[in-house]
Amino acid sequence: MKVLPFVISSVITVGLIVTLNTNLVLPAPLGGLLSPQQGIWQNAEDDNYNYSTDLKFPQLKGKVNVYLDDHLVPHVFAEKENDVYFVQGYIHAKFRLWQMELQTLAAAGRASEIIGDKALGHDREFRRLGMVYAAEISEKEVEKDPVIKAECDAYTAGVNAYIDNLTESQLPIEYKLLGYKPEHWNNLKTALFLKYMSYDLAGHEDDFEMTNAKSFFSPEDFDKLFPLVQDSLDPIIPKGTVFDSAKVKPTAPVNVDSIYFNNKDLADVQEEKPDRDNGSNNWAVSGSKTKSGAPILCNDPHLGLNLPSLWFEMQLSTPTFNAYGATFPGAPGVVIGFNDSAAFGFTNGGRDVRDYYEIKFKDDSRKEYWFDSAWKKTDFRVEVIKIKGKPDYLDTVAYTIFGPVMYDKSYTGGRSINNKSYAVRWKAHDPSNDLRAFYMLDHANNYADYNAAITNLHTPGQNCVFACKNGDIAIRAQGEFPAKWKGQGDFVMPGTDSSYMWQGMIPQDETPFQYNPARGFVSSANQKPTDSTYPYYLGRDYPEYRGLYINRRLSALNDITVQDMMDLQTSEYDVFAEMAIPIFLKNMKEEELTAGEKKYFDILKDWDFTDDINSTGATVFNILWKQFTKVVYDDEYANAPKVIMRPYESTLLESVLRDTAYKFLDNIQTDKVETLRDDVTEALKKATVELDTVNKEGKLEWAKYKDTHISHLTKLEAFSSMHLPIGGGTYCVSAVKADHGPSWRMVVSLKPQTEAYGIYPGGQSGNPGSKYYDNYISKWVEGKYNILWMMQKGQETDQRIKWKMTFSN
Amino acid sequence: MKFLISLILTALLSFAICLYCPWWSIAIVAFVVAALIPQNPFVSFLTGFFALFILWFSLTLYISNNNEHILAHKVAVIILKSDNPFLLIIMTAVIGALVAGFAALAGSFARTTKK
Repeated sequence: MKVLPFVISSVITVGLIVTLNTNLVLPAPLGGLLSPQQGIWQNAEDDNYNYSTDLKFPQLKGKVNVYLDDHLVPHVFAEKENDVYFVQGYIHAKFRLWQMELQTLAAAGRASEIIGDKALGHDREFRRLGMVYAAEISEKEVEKDPVIKAECDAYTAGVNAYIDNLTESQLPIEYKLLGYKPEHWNNLKTALFLKYMSYDLAGHEDDFEMTNAKSFFSPEDFDKLFPLVQDSLDPIIPKGTVFDSAKVKPTAPVNVDSIYFNNKDLADVQEEKPDRDNGSNNWAVSGSKTKSGAPILCNDPHLGLNLPSLWFEMQLSTPTFNAYGATFPGAPGVVIGFNDSAAFGFTNGGRDVRDYYEIKFKDDSRKEYWFDSAWKKTDFRVEVIKIKGKPDYLDTVAYTIFGPVMYDKSYTGGRSINNKSYAVRWKAHDPSNDLRAFYMLDHANNYADYNAAITNLHTPGQNCVFACKNGDIAIRAQGEFPAKWKGQGDFVMPGTDSSYMWQGMIPQDETPFQYNPARGFVSSANQKPTDSTYPYYLGRDYPEYRGLYINRRLSALNDITVQDMMDLQTSEYDVFAEMAIPIFLKNMKEEELTAGEKKYFDILKDWDFTDDINSTGATVFNILWKQFTKVVYDDEYANAPKVIMRPYESTLLESVLRDTAYKFLDNIQTDKVETLRDDVTEALKKATVELDTVNKEGKLEWAKYKDTHISHLTKLEAFSSMHLPIGGGTYCVSAVKADHGPSWRMVVSLKPQTEAYGIYPGGQSGNPGSKYYDNYISKWVEGKYNILWMMQKGQETDQRIKWKMTFSN
Repeated sequence: MKFLISLILTALLSFAICLYCPWWSIAIVAFVVAALIPQNPFVSFLTGFFALFILWFSLTLYISNNNEHILAHKVAVIILKSDNPFLLIIMTAVIGALVAGFAALAGSFARTTKK
């Protein structure tokens, strides 16, 4: 009788459930997402959430106590060495699981599994660069080292112990929103994470752009646009240092001028690249220059700013070592930090360790390529790329003696004509046991330990700074680098003969270093490691301004305190502006300026070269310099290929300072011969148009114009920290750009009782529903620091401890 | 009285079953309670509707309040394009209420057909 109403109401009920539980009708399964007992509400962390817990895992060899302080920093005390890495894995997973997984999926070229075919281009590029290939080689190397293998195994087991106990309602919110679940961790993923850092720090090159510039410009013009030496270079290892003569003597091939330097071929690949500014500052001052008499070490790595933060603060303590610092969720150990004897930090070396070779395949099958007068067989590797909602994509990559053929007819890399093939030779493909470097640094007690430790760091090459409680300070431009002849690797090289291959590595005992120098400090800010007397080719592209300023300040300062070091680390003084502004002041044709233009010129005249929050001068200079560069070079580049290298800002600045009749000042598209005064004035006129727009939008103040923000890895604004009121810039020690900057700031005073300070723009928790998600950001914005507390045994009842997690078997 | 009992029963059993089963098992609970406790179909619908409205509203409000609405603000912007945590809480309650209401309605019709 009531069958019809029953059927109708049942259909409506089922219909509602299907609508609310799938993506068929709505963009997200709202029922599941919003159900209070399973969905996102379960991620809305109680303000008084109690992190204390007692856990049992049979994999542990002893007891581990974790004390969480009021910043949610875990202080981990383990009775047995490898247990500390198990617990580190567990805790990394507990607070940052989604981030760890996503970063390794992206590194492995598996982003398409989560976000669909939008990511196919990225995935193919990363697979073809050999990211997974490199990680596999790295994992094999770790297998040979029982200590590091045990460390990785314990770490992996800890991560998996967390994942295995995760219920659906406890899943991090991003899994719920994106609709997938975590998979098990393994040592390969740790290797992939480290290879991702290698990509970020040692994956940058401009070989295609430089090749096209070389082809487009005459040799004389090319040398003027891309000089080998920068005038204002203040190298990491000071000028005047004497270097041993080289043991490896790379020689350029006989045909290098005709085949390589004077080659006019074009190569217009458009790559996905890491940020050129992925760099950092570090320095250590000796006790002779500090007020306390103890050395002070400082480090602030500059990387893309994201939420959750790349870094996670921890203390790891076992009977053999006690270390505190910034760790990488995804890898074991303390990466940048200090132990009971010493402190250590890194800046990017920036050496070119990624070169391209043009491959001549026999035919489209790519089975053979011409090498040293014979056809050589390729190896094929099939990359299976799973795509959400679509069938798998199979990408067959040809491997040559150089490495994978990244770009060929099957993968164009954005080219319109793809008849050329390029193999990539990337140092990250070579076997190395880089984790051992961090392991040994965590355990290092003195200079000899530090040296032995960092020898293991091959890629990415880093300038490793060190300071010890016994007073030693040191820095080494560490890495395993190819020994190159002058100009090797700046451009795409012929892949048809072995004479262009890398001829050997620079021996470890020939890496430039400083140990307790007379000037009382060591420093690096990604500038060139040495001047031209170093017997190996170091390439051309190094930022020089932060290093200049840091050395200027460290030379001048005495009786240095920790506060002085914080002031330097957060300095917004723009030394590039200091050098460039006089060009505008001396050469402006003021009589030709309108009132509107003169207004901005006056701002420039009054500016104190500080990129602070409210500075209008910083904005005016930034836009003016950009326009000046365009006025000078756009005419010469008018008919250039799309993919081409533009000169560095230092080239233009130094060329004009040296010679006011710099060749490129003339606009070759006009009959008139333009002078510096013409160009400077025209630049201001063009800049005024842009500045007026910026001013109308109320964004003339530097912080508003720069609009620094820290984005969640999904780019969802609701999970991001937008419009941050912070100054600084590319050429300042506080190198804060729009979405890139000091991702960790640390100052360590190596007194008998270590005094350490640090901060990063984020929070310990990766959960956007937690108050610990972004609680550090406002302090970081203000240039403030937290105290980094190296907890000692016996401090278990300290009022800073809020929760205790116990692990036992 | 029957209304109150079936409402409380639906709410409590829904809470209990969701400790172990997916969220839509509230439909099973609402269906069964309405099938077992005879009421006018419209009243059955209201039983299911209000039981889950009250349950999900209170749970969500309690959770979000303890969280100082940190997450509600963010998720409201993502889902509703508007920074309105209270609206998100209401939406949550309405979702549960509708599913349980129609399930209870079906349950009350099922009982009648069994006769």
